[in-house]
Amino acid sequence: MQMTGSDIIVQTLIEQGVTDVFGYPGGQVINIYDSLYKYKDQINHILTAHEQGASHAADGYSRATGKVGVCIATSGPGATNLVTGIATAMLDSIPLVAITGNVPCSLIGKDAFQEIDITGVTLPITKHNYFVNDVNELADIIREAFVIAKSGRPGPVLIDVPKNVQIGKAEYEPKPVAPKAELPKVADDKIAEAVALINQAKKPYIYVGGGAAGLAMGKQVLDFAKKIDACIGCSFMGLSAIPEDEFFLGMQGMHGHYASSMSQNEADLILAVGVRFSDRATGNVSKFATKSKIIQLDPDFSEINKNVLVDVGLVGDVQDSFARIAAACEKSEKPEWLARVRELKAEELAAEKAIAEKQGDALTPKKIMGVINDKKLPRTIIATDVGQHQMWAAQYAKFDMPRRFVSSGGLGTMGFGMGAAMGSYVATGDPVVLITGDGSFGMNLNELATMVSYNIPVVIVLMNNGVLGMVRQWQTLFFGKRYSNTVLSRQTDFVKLAEAFGAKGMRATSEAEFAAAFEKAIKAGCPVVIDAQISKDEFVLPMLPPGGAIDDIIVSVEK
Amino acid sequence: MSKFVIAVYVENKYGVLTRVTSMFTRRAFNIDALTVGETESPNYSRITICLSGDGYAREQLVNQLKKQHNVKKVEVLDESTIIKRELMLIKVKNDKETRSDVLSAVDVFRAKVIDYTFNELCIEVTGDPTKIDAFVNIMKPYGILEMCRTGITALERGSETLLNK
Repeated sequence: MQMTGSDIIVQTLIEQGVTDVFGYPGGQVINIYDSLYKYKDQINHILTAHEQGASHAADGYSRATGKVGVCIATSGPGATNLVTGIATAMLDSIPLVAITGNVPCSLIGKDAFQEIDITGVTLPITKHNYFVNDVNELADIIREAFVIAKSGRPGPVLIDVPKNVQIGKAEYEPKPVAPKAELPKVADDKIAEAVALINQAKKPYIYVGGGAAGLAMGKQVLDFAKKIDACIGCSFMGLSAIPEDEFFLGMQGMHGHYASSMSQNEADLILAVGVRFSDRATGNVSKFATKSKIIQLDPDFSEINKNVLVDVGLVGDVQDSFARIAAACEKSEKPEWLARVRELKAEELAAEKAIAEKQGDALTPKKIMGVINDKKLPRTIIATDVGQHQMWAAQYAKFDMPRRFVSSGGLGTMGFGMGAAMGSYVATGDPVVLITGDGSFGMNLNELATMVSYNIPVVIVLMNNGVLGMVRQWQTLFFGKRYSNTVLSRQTDFVKLAEAFGAKGMRATSEAEFAAAFEKAIKAGCPVVIDAQISKDEFVLPMLPPGGAIDDIIVSVEK
Repeated sequence: MSKFVIAVYVENKYGVLTRVTSMFTRRAFNIDALTVGETESPNYSRITICLSGDGYAREQLVNQLKKQHNVKKVEVLDESTIIKRELMLIKVKNDKETRSDVLSAVDVFRAKVIDYTFNELCIEVTGDPTKIDAFVNIMKPYGILEMCRTGITALERGSETLLNK
């Protein structure tokens, strides 16, 4: 059937199973928006307040479900506004398809109005990108983009479509949803090598990351840990992959749990499942896990031996490799190792208790997270922005299923949360709590307007300390308390601000007030901002200083 | 530090060379030389990359190249079984006193004089990069006005081809 390029774009999205897209119209995508209007009963478009919000929403949509998120923006500033969102998805391996309009081919290279070389701009932050100059290739390029985005190690793909290609006509025939490329199965002798190392290990540590987080491997990992008496830790991106259990020690790394980081350091074998050994996870890489053999399971061959040299690298289908290893390993009991891990856990709890005692009745991040854990509804997604609040959420939040933690890990994008929380809700309809801070919230709070207009009932917990807390924490510890530009002397009234947007606003200064506000908020059925006021001197602890090793771990700070 | 020659088949499409070189910049690879050109197949271009580095750098470069969507084949060429060639054009002062020395060097190196004016001789030299280095050294005292090298291009000996490997 003959169709215009813009109809082909929308039809191909529908054909590939897309039900929701996020975006913002403009001069060079007006044809695509006309086609979205035409097919509005088959595809839902969410108009965000800013293209950045659309890109984070598409990202959150994907993180919460594993589906490919889609966002649309016009040329020039519309396209450049997507850039931070695309980079965020790239660093966390999130499948995304971004579609941008561009000036007609006849004007390309002429510095036309709102012309920008967005394929050039996004070259290093996409898994792949396309400039489409022939309408006959459009449908297949979109199909290929979806395959690339979701196959192997996922990532964002951008498709730039000049206006004449949107207007031009071509033959279109619907095709089935393109499946992701099959991952290779690891050879038996490599599996045997891994099994032999695990069978010899006396202190095994299973280290789970983002590559496993979406695979629903929680029970599988837990069962295997119990079979061989291994403890389990995760990277930041691995959060929500493993169900709560005494074998699971939580996140390791720069702000990880003491017991998790320490036992990783003491382990004689690390079974790394879908992690990339980021600098925030390893600290000083030359001192990382020096006593340990490392087995790494990953779909991406380029991650093997990139940051950390490993003993066995198993490239391919992570879940399949894990299942074969788990089946082949001998059952074994390691009471000494488990006792040591319990000892470390006790040290961790004692340090936390000592800090809590000093704080007395004040509203603290830990108490806020405690209330959220107790009162949140089943299936709740915890989204975050970036900063101290994010680390507190990472340390204390409890999850009842995978894909419940939506947060920017690799890029650390302040302003990620509002869009991502919206996208998570649109994707799932499940309850969403956004933990944010006054710094991050200030970056993209415009999306409150979107949440109100589409009635997206996100509960926004604003940990308000009046400072840019994470940088300030570094200034306290490493820059002689010279608080350069981290003290916000803003006079924003977040309750009034929420109300001005048409959302609900509440304030909490004590644990009881917060609990009451949170209970009301989860039942409100509309977006709610809870301005939870905490001390500016709250620290994220423990902390491995940047570039430091495990011996440099800071567990308490005298203020 | 050793030197490696890496051959890469890429799809012959708009922007592919930029993709590859952008990755070098982003990952801070230090490339000594890079050549690109047509191949036996109109669908592919062949890039020849020379890299100085250790085994780690070589492994990273190969892995990152293989990840690119438009890259079809990456091969570290074995120095002992390849033919390497480079071409240089070099302009040297044409001086009565030294002319015959320059021309003897051209003879010995099996180079070619391709332009001759009262003030300058333009010479074409082809060969292994070490031969070209040697020729440059010999020309230095005679006054090099300008020079330009293509970078290495390389093929493996024998009937086997990279695409069919």
